[in-house]
Amino acid sequence: MNKVVDSFDAAVADIQDGSTIMLGGFGLCGIPEGLIAALVARNVRGLHTISNNVGVDGFGTGLMLEAGMIASHIGSYVGENKLLEEMVIAGRVALTLVPQGTLSERIRAGGAGIPAFYTPAGVGTVVADGKEVREFDGRQYLMERGLTADFALIKAWKGDRLGNLIYRKTARNFNPMMATAAGCTIAEIEELVEVGELEPDAVVTPGIYVQRVVVGAHSEKRIERRTTRPRSTGSAL
Amino acid sequence: MDVREIIARRAAQELRDGFYVNLGIGIPTMVANYVGPEIEVILQSENGMLGVGPYPFAGDEDPDLINAGKETISELPGCSYFSSAESFAMIRGGHINLSILGALEVDRQGNLANWMVPGKMVKGMGGAMDLVASARRVIVAMEHATRRGEPKILEACTLPLTGVKVVDTIITELAVIQVTADGLVLEEISTDTSVEEVQRLTGAALTIRVPLKRMVV
Repeated sequence: MNKVVDSFDAAVADIQDGSTIMLGGFGLCGIPEGLIAALVARNVRGLHTISNNVGVDGFGTGLMLEAGMIASHIGSYVGENKLLEEMVIAGRVALTLVPQGTLSERIRAGGAGIPAFYTPAGVGTVVADGKEVREFDGRQYLMERGLTADFALIKAWKGDRLGNLIYRKTARNFNPMMATAAGCTIAEIEELVEVGELEPDAVVTPGIYVQRVVVGAHSEKRIERRTTRPRSTGSAL
Repeated sequence: MDVREIIARRAAQELRDGFYVNLGIGIPTMVANYVGPEIEVILQSENGMLGVGPYPFAGDEDPDLINAGKETISELPGCSYFSSAESFAMIRGGHINLSILGALEVDRQGNLANWMVPGKMVKGMGGAMDLVASARRVIVAMEHATRRGEPKILEACTLPLTGVKVVDTIITELAVIQVTADGLVLEEISTDTSVEEVQRLTGAALTIRVPLKRMVV
């Protein structure tokens, strides 16, 4: 078994117009840069994307938006995309905003074969519009549906040819759930290691969830908000 | 003292040793600067981390290490990383002792609006709806009124809601207000103000706690 694909182009070669695609990452942290670039180069259209954010104008998933590839998007925060606002107002992109915890659980549920679940987030808000509200133990909950996709494009730190993956720090975010929720999961990794090299206890995404692995040595890993403290003082969060 | 610092300093007094705390963007993030050395609190960032440390020293920024405001941060010893699903499972499951966040409006029932102004750019709610629905205690830390002096604490919110009956306490530069079943109770006021001024800048009736405490920051 060898899931390693030679190039980003080959990894996304069979993604068709109109596909539903999950994209890992939180902001610009832990996004599959190389896979996004290859997808933009292929110029597939009418995509239905699911990701927490839509990158920023000019980077990350924002590039897919600029190329006019996205027909609809499900996410929790899109405040960094002026272009998206224009496209939503012009009716060129259908946007669905979902609370972040609901989004992450919908993806987890989708990957775990759970068609729906109940959550208190959004009760009494516009998020509840059109959804079943049910009371359990005296408290109200919304029914939310599990989410699945045709493809998940995710980013991991290290992986092996069997598709076992580990992540680095907060670049983990949505990637592990998305890996479980797609018909074809394509993992962009920074370092390919030999089978047996990853500590079995430390594997976060077992290879069963991953169909393709591609090594991307040249990620830009752009920082969205560079915040630092001077060396002389103590805490400043 | 800067208004934002007053609010952050007073909010920091609500933290207790052993608390797991989620801090929102803006003034709530500043709260971490004023936590006394005698207590140990662990900060959660909802993108998937417990044990958030201060901003890194210049040159030590790591693009793989950010908070929910997408700012570069550092890690403290004993920190841990997990997926966003795990992160919100711990929030939804009631494991977060305290969530401190900002607001556009709060009302006498504890309803909160902080994610959307109709007609302005839609940004999205991020994790705010999940946090306010399930944190054990929710504190709003915000400036008491708008820049034009209009109340943000109201009889009923006018903006789209983030959560219904979710706020426990409101901390501003002027006052500490408790949300109760009987409405808003003014617990503390700043030494720089009067009950009359606080009431004038508040769009809902305040019950005055006796004795009324002075805010110490």
